[in-house]
Amino acid sequence: MPIRLQREDFDAAAEAAALVGTRTGIGAVVTFTGICRGAEDGEPIAALNLEHYPGMAETEIARHVEEAQARWPLIGVTVVHRYGRLTPGENIVLVVTAASHRQDAFAAAEFLMDYLKTRAPFWKQVEHASGTQWVDARAADDAAAARWSTPRRSRQAAE
Amino acid sequence: MNVKVLYFAWVRERIGKPEEDIEPPAGVATVGDLVAWLAQRGEQYAYAFENPKIIRAAIDRSHATPDTAISGAREIAFFPPMTGG
Repeated sequence: MPIRLQREDFDAAAEAAALVGTRTGIGAVVTFTGICRGAEDGEPIAALNLEHYPGMAETEIARHVEEAQARWPLIGVTVVHRYGRLTPGENIVLVVTAASHRQDAFAAAEFLMDYLKTRAPFWKQVEHASGTQWVDARAADDAAAARWSTPRRSRQAAE
Repeated sequence: MNVKVLYFAWVRERIGKPEEDIEPPAGVATVGDLVAWLAQRGEQYAYAFENPKIIRAAIDRSHATPDTAISGAREIAFFPPMTGG
């Protein structure tokens, strides 16, 4: 299952096509792209700088892809996360999930995005005309990730 | 024990360096202990760790909590809450 960290842009349609490839049984493909917005808290931004923890970023994303595959009958998953300096309109992150049925593809894609937002070691810094500022983590993102926790599963990772 | 410590985002900016090797004394057993010990190393460290509740940590590239023991760790990272995706 492709998991990539890279500076360069990605082609969402090409990645989805590559994931489907010659696999049989796929009835649903969900392709999510996260994009750099032009403003943060109402203020226009010149760019977004994405810092990451090399080594941990890949293993952490892989852990969540494994968890998604354990929870839903996925036929394929691709995650691509960019880092470095990105400008408004540019792609940041790609999640592609393929399954027999749409419920599994949608749920897995949402699960992966909720976890990428809170547990993948990346940090965003916005560039305004006036200077740079680190983006604060949002309580809404933590709440979104928390709703996937199920008491019956024993979680290996420390929360 | 000798361990490599990494700093990211504004934790790195406040301390002024991305990483260093440290040798915490025997009494420093957990991540929480280590944050407290680092905080008293100087003004920049105190500033970086002024609110320990929002500092997150990873030991050998796995998420850790303040209670996690640090013995045997090769690499410990400190950073603000993550903002990926």
